[in-house]
Amino acid sequence: MSWANGTPYAPHTDDETAAMLAAIGVDDEEALFDIPESVAFDGDFGIDARTEREIRDECARVFARNDDLTEFLGRGHYGHYVPSVVDHLADRAEFLTSYTQYQPEVSQGFLQALFEYQSMLVELTGLDVANCSMYDAATALGEAATLADRVRSTSGDTVLVPEQLREGKRAVLENYCDGADLTVETYPMADGTADVDALADRAGDDVVMVYAESPTVRGCLEERLAAIGEVADETDALFALGSDVVALSVLESPEAVGADVVVGEAGALGLPTSYGMGLGIFACRDDFLRQVPGRLVGASEERAPPEGARDGGAGGADAGGTRAYTLTLQTREQHIRKERATSNICTNQAWVALRAAIHAATLGPDGLVDLANDCVREAAALADRIDELSGAAAPVHDRHHFREFAVRVDQPAAPVAEDLEKEGFAVHAIGEHLLQVCVTDLNAGKTDELVAAFEEVL
Amino acid sequence: MIHDQANYEREGEDVREPLLSEKGQETVDVREDSPLPDDLTREELTLPNPSEPETARHYTRLSQMNWAIDSGPYPLGSCTMKYNPKFTEDVAADPNAAIHPDRSARSAQGNLELQCRLQEVLADIGGMDAVTLQPPAGAAGELTGILVAKAYHEHHGNDRSEVVIPASAHGTNFATAATAGYDVVELPSGEDGRVDLEALEAAVGDETAALMLTNPNTVGLFERDISEIADIVHDAGGLLYYDGANLNALLGRGRPGDMGFDVMHYNVHKTFATPHGGGGPGAGPVGVVDELAPFLPTPRVREAAEGSGYERFEPDHTIGKVHGFAGNWLVLVKAYAYIARLGDGGLSDAAAKAVLNANYLAERIDLDVPHGPFHHEFAATAGDRDAADVAKRMLDFGVHPPTTKWPEMVPEAMLTEPTEIEGQSSLDDLAEAFNLAYADTDEALDAAPNRTAAGRIDQVGAARNPRLSWQALDGE
Repeated sequence: MSWANGTPYAPHTDDETAAMLAAIGVDDEEALFDIPESVAFDGDFGIDARTEREIRDECARVFARNDDLTEFLGRGHYGHYVPSVVDHLADRAEFLTSYTQYQPEVSQGFLQALFEYQSMLVELTGLDVANCSMYDAATALGEAATLADRVRSTSGDTVLVPEQLREGKRAVLENYCDGADLTVETYPMADGTADVDALADRAGDDVVMVYAESPTVRGCLEERLAAIGEVADETDALFALGSDVVALSVLESPEAVGADVVVGEAGALGLPTSYGMGLGIFACRDDFLRQVPGRLVGASEERAPPEGARDGGAGGADAGGTRAYTLTLQTREQHIRKERATSNICTNQAWVALRAAIHAATLGPDGLVDLANDCVREAAALADRIDELSGAAAPVHDRHHFREFAVRVDQPAAPVAEDLEKEGFAVHAIGEHLLQVCVTDLNAGKTDELVAAFEEVL
Repeated sequence: MIHDQANYEREGEDVREPLLSEKGQETVDVREDSPLPDDLTREELTLPNPSEPETARHYTRLSQMNWAIDSGPYPLGSCTMKYNPKFTEDVAADPNAAIHPDRSARSAQGNLELQCRLQEVLADIGGMDAVTLQPPAGAAGELTGILVAKAYHEHHGNDRSEVVIPASAHGTNFATAATAGYDVVELPSGEDGRVDLEALEAAVGDETAALMLTNPNTVGLFERDISEIADIVHDAGGLLYYDGANLNALLGRGRPGDMGFDVMHYNVHKTFATPHGGGGPGAGPVGVVDELAPFLPTPRVREAAEGSGYERFEPDHTIGKVHGFAGNWLVLVKAYAYIARLGDGGLSDAAAKAVLNANYLAERIDLDVPHGPFHHEFAATAGDRDAADVAKRMLDFGVHPPTTKWPEMVPEAMLTEPTEIEGQSSLDDLAEAFNLAYADTDEALDAAPNRTAAGRIDQVGAARNPRLSWQALDGE
């Protein structure tokens, strides 16, 4: 075969190419392109083709320029240990190299896995409907706001969010709100969680959605979710709750506190720390089923075949009625409904959802609850130890925490974070004298060293 | 031709591989061992508790009931199912690259450098001046691009209300324009399947923010009048948006920037062979001309002053963010590795072989292809047969069928894109599957598929009686 300067991923021999060109009736491949001379490109990109080995070496060298730090970072992106079985099963090419399940008869496996993922979210949220993924927590929140705008009967245009919210998440929300002519406003917080009285004062007819998080961006567990839900309910606003898949396994059920929509991050299961790549949760009450964004997998049945029409094979001559899965309610989606679709989303995070489902199966409910409980215990224990140091107080907020907490330092926070980095640790500097520290099973074994480094730099 | 897909049918039961929940669930008393007070916690949690061997077997069986590009031909038009080189997975799995997005720039130089390199090659390939990698999928790239266009117009005190889109465009274009708050003006296709210049003249005006265009278009035709199209839109003060879904056909022969496009997205799973993962993750980098660069999402990444590495910065008039963090990083790394593997010659050859394959396959099938000359994909018509039925029958012959009944300008369309990865014999098999299915009896088409894990599935029933979780199946 001649692959000189060609793609290594096309199997054509020169003879085959010639035979194919002859069958078409042209002399060469260029004759098949119908690009006017005036806009044709005849330059070079200047990209040299490299071998696999060269590229692996090159990228390894580049990535080695990231400092080798122990990260105590969170604020919306979390790494937990991902068992090997997750990689090995999810990397099976039948999953990884498949497309969206437009032909369900040959896609039962992925459809069932996504159906199981949806079911896991239904259990964790208590809500009836969960889609099979948004891009991440931030875009899921944006989609919740546009859903609220569509389903809410009055003409309000305000989305209320907590004043302590990850800046990037709010920025994404604002972009989704922009097109729907919605305005994002904040309500105050008191010691790390919602100031529900202030929220109640602010709430009114103009509000289409009230958003609250538990855990918050600073890791605080919200204690008055039901009260927030009531405020939303009284003004006929939607109550959207943000959380994450691990926390949901122990926290009070969103359904029980009156959540209409649950958004958040599920990438804490299945994905290693990956520079912010995520898996957006979107679950809601049955009432909004036909307004849900994104893909939904449903159970159905094999249609009974016409009499005597089957020619045998795997389905069996008397098949029919057997449960099967399919993408459903697609008239909500952009490829059918175009500008009247519930969202523009097409490609989503399906494979990440598969990974999260496998991870959850591997843990089982026991393992998942243990993991969540450790997120509470480790955070409390590390906060206690940092609190003992002179020049630092933790946690800043007198709340229960999940994975992470804010630390007040007497010195300016940014230089402290820089000094910690020189000691080999990454933490967040979130205010003039505020740091934030996140502990999971990945770094829990390094807390002694972190505390020692704090002592060194404070 | 015959093909049987694995099928774990259970005798005497109406299920195949049972749901994890049917294999056994466990209820845990959450409060028993909780460090939290009862009023913050749920009482119990019920989920499946398979052992690891059971988990491995469950997902392996599911995988065997799933078609993939590694299983065989997957010629979904517009979806560009290329082979996903295995080594790119290993490149992306480098633990040194698996860092948190909130790292300081100084401690994340490796990732920033790779982002910069990818931005540069994408800009070169598209003929663009600046690129953001943040959008997590093609549709997210569209929304980013249209929001950038909107911010640009608003910055110049020039509010506009409409986005013009050809009728044959991807559904995402319409939904994106609506999400960004624009009214959609649908442009009817000309008789030859291309943009009708007179219709375009009539459609654009003072309210036109942008024209969204795919080129080659969704039936594979190059919009030969692209320079005139660009002039019409630009003369009206609008911007030209390039939907990158079909960029794979142009590699090395045409660049959107040279055709007058101002803003574009790249579909990395289509053009740069990253795995589609059964629905995602993708990545939808956006390229723009200089005038639009100040509006790109924040942060951008660039090479700092000489010798001081790479840095993040906020563009002057940024639209803000379109993803919570830096987008789908692992996917972007795979795209970089693919581009590096192919280089100039490979990228150009990939386009050539994709166009060769589409033309050869069209030559070998008995179905009519009304529009040409097409490039990497063609829309055949099933004529008086139902395209969806023909597609179901093709499944029995061991190939995945094309995209059916779209675009609507071709009746009973079978939009076919074999990509460059199929060789002649594979294309011959694919053609035979087309021809056998197309010529089969009405009864056979109606009964198809027969040899797949599941027979024809009741779609109407699924939508009429939605059961979206195993909880909803309880009692059945």
